[in-house]
Amino acid sequence: MHSIPFEGFMYPNEVELQWSVLIVLYPYLTGLVAGAFILASLERVFKVDAVKPTYRLALLTALAFLLVAPLPLQLHLGHPERSLEMYLTPHRSSAMAMFGFVYLWYLMAVLVLEIWLDYRRDIVMFAQTSTGWKRWIYRGLTLGSSNISERSLRIDDKVGWIITVIGIPSAFLLHGYVGFIFGSVKANPWWASPLMPVVFLFSAMVSGIAAVMLLYQFTSRVRKTPVDMRCLDTVAKYLFYTFIIDFSLEMLDLIQRIYVADESFRSLDFMVHTRLWVSQVVIQILMGTVAPIAILGLAQVYKFGEAVRRRIYTVAGWLTLVGILAMRWNVVIGGQLFSKSFLGYTTYKMGFATHEGLLPALALLILPFLILWGLLKLLPPWTEQKV
Amino acid sequence: MKDAGHLLRIAALFGAGVLAFLGLRAYFVPHSFGQYGHYRGDAIAEIAALPIVHAGHQTCETCHTDIFEEKTKGKHAGVACEACHGPQAKHTTDLSIVPAKPDAAVLCAQCHGASGAKPKWFPQVDTKEHSGGLICTTCHRPHSPSLRGESK
Amino acid sequence: MSVTRRQFLTLTGAAAVAWEYLMADTPEQSPNYKMTDHWWGMLIDVTKCIGCGNCVRACAQENDVPEGFFRTWVEHYHVDDWHLENPVVESPDGGMHGFPVVAQGTGKDFFIPKMCNHCADSPCTQVCPVGATFTSPDGVVLVDEKYCLGCRYCIQACPYGCRFLHPTKHVAQKCTLCYHRITKGLTTACCEACPTGARQLVDLKNPKDPIHEFLRTHSVQVLKPHLATGAKAFYNGLDGSVR
Repeated sequence: MHSIPFEGFMYPNEVELQWSVLIVLYPYLTGLVAGAFILASLERVFKVDAVKPTYRLALLTALAFLLVAPLPLQLHLGHPERSLEMYLTPHRSSAMAMFGFVYLWYLMAVLVLEIWLDYRRDIVMFAQTSTGWKRWIYRGLTLGSSNISERSLRIDDKVGWIITVIGIPSAFLLHGYVGFIFGSVKANPWWASPLMPVVFLFSAMVSGIAAVMLLYQFTSRVRKTPVDMRCLDTVAKYLFYTFIIDFSLEMLDLIQRIYVADESFRSLDFMVHTRLWVSQVVIQILMGTVAPIAILGLAQVYKFGEAVRRRIYTVAGWLTLVGILAMRWNVVIGGQLFSKSFLGYTTYKMGFATHEGLLPALALLILPFLILWGLLKLLPPWTEQKV
Repeated sequence: MKDAGHLLRIAALFGAGVLAFLGLRAYFVPHSFGQYGHYRGDAIAEIAALPIVHAGHQTCETCHTDIFEEKTKGKHAGVACEACHGPQAKHTTDLSIVPAKPDAAVLCAQCHGASGAKPKWFPQVDTKEHSGGLICTTCHRPHSPSLRGESK
Repeated sequence: MSVTRRQFLTLTGAAAVAWEYLMADTPEQSPNYKMTDHWWGMLIDVTKCIGCGNCVRACAQENDVPEGFFRTWVEHYHVDDWHLENPVVESPDGGMHGFPVVAQGTGKDFFIPKMCNHCADSPCTQVCPVGATFTSPDGVVLVDEKYCLGCRYCIQACPYGCRFLHPTKHVAQKCTLCYHRITKGLTTACCEACPTGARQLVDLKNPKDPIHEFLRTHSVQVLKPHLATGAKAFYNGLDGSVR
């Protein structure tokens, strides 16, 4: 087996990594979903009017990523044709089993429902005005009801509000349980921590907000419409605050580990200093957390001009997205690079065009944007047709 | 409530989904699932029915009684037949399958070759020094490893 | 071997009966096996292990274990002086072909056979999302290969590194305590092949089992007790350096 180089001692069966880059992608994608949704809920529930221009965009972004999220898992499974078993005989003691239901709940009862209710008036209008195959899609989406009276829209608004309120803890659950899937594995000291779900959630919020922030700027440029700076500044402000919390949590975990120095510490410390140095210290911490916090913080303190602020937000957004991806990598891959005997280290050999390799991973990272493009065409966030 | 008609439609859609799920469940969940616990009860019988590859020394002893008698008197009494001869279940169903004679030059040293890592109580020798290059079976009987010519 | 014709005929008859018993298809068919009468474990006596690798080979042959993966393996430990926290450990090819000769030096050397611990509070069965891995009523942790999704959560959750993904079947696999043998009155392949009795099957529900008696009268340990897995592979003579 061991064309995979390892050093020190590893239990013979743990030399080859079990969870690949696809399993890195999954928390990244669901994190973006949760983060984008939380941003949307800022307007809907917490009445932060400033971010309204991003409301529908955030919802559609969440949907695009949520649709792609199960795909890396399907590619990873040894028997994807058996994945229905998770719905038919879920093992209630397993956090992973609950995934199927949390995902389905969030997709259908929260996200799809909320999008449908918010867009219903537009859907009915399009069903009447569009032609060709598009008309059939819109007609299907109306579910046969063409009632867009004032009262029905008010009911929609109220129900939508309730759904968003339910949606916030649902979004926390959707991504928090991913953290719990790792955090509850007592066999793995890199993962086992009660902080894990919380760290995952806050880093998810950071990545989701950054993604919507970048998408808003990008779509504004494509549409040649001016960016609402009040909106963008507010989004950036929330990104900054969330980042502070995220950074504090990660530092707390780190400091605790170093101070307590339990049996696993020396081995994990060595791993971070060698195999994870670039991905953890350089990319995740310095480039992906400290740098964006610093420049966003500067933008909060100094009154930069609009163009400079936009540039800062763009740079911070990209650094954040890369940094959070690195964080997922460091958790998933990092947790498998060291031996559970604490006496050895192995290497991750990522294939390229294999079914769990770099190529499918890249494809899965790009796919949500293609879906989002389709959604933006089908349900344009900015076309408000007045009755 | 007529302005909430569309909500009823979507509720109906969800209801249909739940029913479809229950139907799938009734059809696809294996019949023996839950028999003993949260797993397919039939799996236990399937695993218990896997083919046997090592016959076990009791089976060897039913036929090879003389060797068995020789072995019980010596130091290899606790060593099962297949520990040296390898798995022999096939031989018990088809006596024409005769196992190859183990190569004493290799086999004996696997256990008895001296190493600082082996427990001190265990009989071990540097095989080259010990026999001057002779195969172990020149002097030792494999089934009862006292020296040939001795009564035991 | 010298056998008279009469002896041969009697013996083949006896062998045929024994073989019927062996080849019985299900636990129900083999007479007298009731799952709830048994609670299986294993005793590993470190003081007796000579690192011959018989157990690793026997297991691989009995269970058709794919090359490069191990349902059981042996580790060689070298501990210098009192430095229990820094043992030097190796397991060349799982110990399948024994170990290279080591010169007698300072420090302790010993061999540690490893296997699935068939934990009573198994973390691997806890995390299986569909119920493809489970603890049988007689205490053996098994994998239902027709139901396993290949998600590998159980492999991550096992603290002992005893599970692997089968390279062609794409399901999780591990030591089954030779369930197909022990339900028919045989012992496991590794115990059968062990020349020194370092590995012994034990039925924890049988008060008359001599190995059960051994556990009651000797100081034994389990691996990683702080994880409270309820491991049922008991080690006699386990050094504090063992991970």
